[in-house]
Amino acid sequence: QDIDDVGHKYYLELVLEDVLDKDSTVNCTAEVLYHLGNNNIAPDVQVSLEGELKNTDEADNIFYHRIKSLEKELVAENIPDSYGNVPPEMEPIHLLAWVASGYVIWQNSTENTEFHLAQIKHVKQVKRSDEYLEFDYMILLHEMVSQEIIPWQMTVLWHPQHGVQVTQDSRQPKHASE
Amino acid sequence: DQVFHIVPETFQQVQHLQHLCSTLLLDLWKPQLPEDIQAGEDLHIRVPAPLVQEVKDSLDHHMISYKVLVPNVQELVNQSMPKERNSHRQVPEGYVYTQYHPMEEIYQWMTQIQKSNSELVTQHYLGETVENRTMYYLQISQPSDKNKKIIWMDCGIHAREWISPAFCQWFVKEILQNYKSDPKISRFLQNLDLYVLPVLNIDGYIYSWEKDRLWRKNRSPHMNGTCYGTDLNRNFNSSWGSVGVSYNCSSEIFCGSGPESEPETRAVAQFIERRKSDILCYLTIHSYGQYILTPYGSTTKPPSNSEELMHVAEKAAAALMGKYGTSYEVGPTSLILYSNSGSSRDWAHMIGIPFSYTFELRDKGVHGFLLPSYQIQPTCEETM
Repeated sequence: QDIDDVGHKYYLELVLEDVLDKDSTVNCTAEVLYHLGNNNIAPDVQVSLEGELKNTDEADNIFYHRIKSLEKELVAENIPDSYGNVPPEMEPIHLLAWVASGYVIWQNSTENTEFHLAQIKHVKQVKRSDEYLEFDYMILLHEMVSQEIIPWQMTVLWHPQHGVQVTQDSRQPKHASE
Repeated sequence: DQVFHIVPETFQQVQHLQHLCSTLLLDLWKPQLPEDIQAGEDLHIRVPAPLVQEVKDSLDHHMISYKVLVPNVQELVNQSMPKERNSHRQVPEGYVYTQYHPMEEIYQWMTQIQKSNSELVTQHYLGETVENRTMYYLQISQPSDKNKKIIWMDCGIHAREWISPAFCQWFVKEILQNYKSDPKISRFLQNLDLYVLPVLNIDGYIYSWEKDRLWRKNRSPHMNGTCYGTDLNRNFNSSWGSVGVSYNCSSEIFCGSGPESEPETRAVAQFIERRKSDILCYLTIHSYGQYILTPYGSTTKPPSNSEELMHVAEKAAAALMGKYGTSYEVGPTSLILYSNSGSSRDWAHMIGIPFSYTFELRDKGVHGFLLPSYQIQPTCEETM
């Protein structure tokens, strides 16, 4: 829908599929408004779910306590590796990056872009004195139209009850990941 | 992975090393157990690659001197098992199609495949890459008096799309293993010849194995060697340089200094141009996205045989979905993806090849270019 002087609005019907359980799906609808002219504003998004998302408390708590009890801060690179493999203990770190990159992608999307998370180049856990877990990620985003691979730094906070937050993110110059 | 040789000098150093081994779960080669680490005695530890820097920093920080005994454990492993590696090379029955292979192995595979299937397969010279590597294609052709039409398929025009060359290899294997037993395939080969180019962008493919996994273009130098690579799929002479490209070398969609400026493009174009009256179908395999794309990318004006093109593509997508439920979108690039000019598929159609398709294989972005090897088999099976 073209809205004069405002922008373009899209009406979507989506099906959410649980990554860990392909048979578990939830329908949802969304409205996305891309603002006219200014590409520096993120599109407005409204979503409504028809149903409930699965409860993940148990898995969240197991991951949370595992990381909390590490003697040394977690460090990892190249997730997935060149062959597409992710070691099982890195899977939650991978999923966390996925969610967080969704935020970064949303903030930087226009009608002419299509971003996907290509790879985590590097991730480092940052020690915190409070309850939150903090990870400093260097990710690679793949943009379909230009085919570019864009390195992006993001700082991610997570807590089982408080969810995911991206506290800082910045696009990096092309050779930053090497 | 590296192996470090350390001789701890003090009890404090011993304690620190024991701590390091147990928290990082390092692989102790000598002695067997952390509790047996002693001052004045040899210590050999294998450190996984991602932890090497961290361990070095920790040793430096605690003033513990070390030597790197084995700088590359994988190399050592490979060297110590020459028989196993050779068996991959000699016997195609030993070739693992469910794993990704570096270019050297693909070259060897081509030679082997021709050797063990010489009644059907011949390897031919196509041309050379920027870095002077030889491009070969395989011709699968059943001897007959008929003048058969040709189906051409090329893979690996974009370096990072590893599933594409994997598919070409799988395809050849499937045809050769089943042409006698499968009536569909044998009928196919009675009437058609198959020409398969397993890796078009050889230099780029090698570069993605050795230096940058997400490299896309070829390796032609520009601006005095300060910038590399032309997007081969923007370099063909089909509305070259008009839309969906960049004239800047640093872009991933740099179309080159002119149409067919790249030797790889010329090698393919010259061959196809010469044989075009016999070529029925041009297929080019990419990833990712799960699309079967029809001409054109450079314009939304439909090709002359667009109905037929779509009909065949839709049947293909349905057959593909029948295997594992994977859904592929079908349509012209300019409508369902984005505009681009200079693509090989557009060019093939423009010079008169009636059926010209780009396949974008799995997946839809979850793994993208880094498709795990366990997906090679299902991807290839459904695409067959």
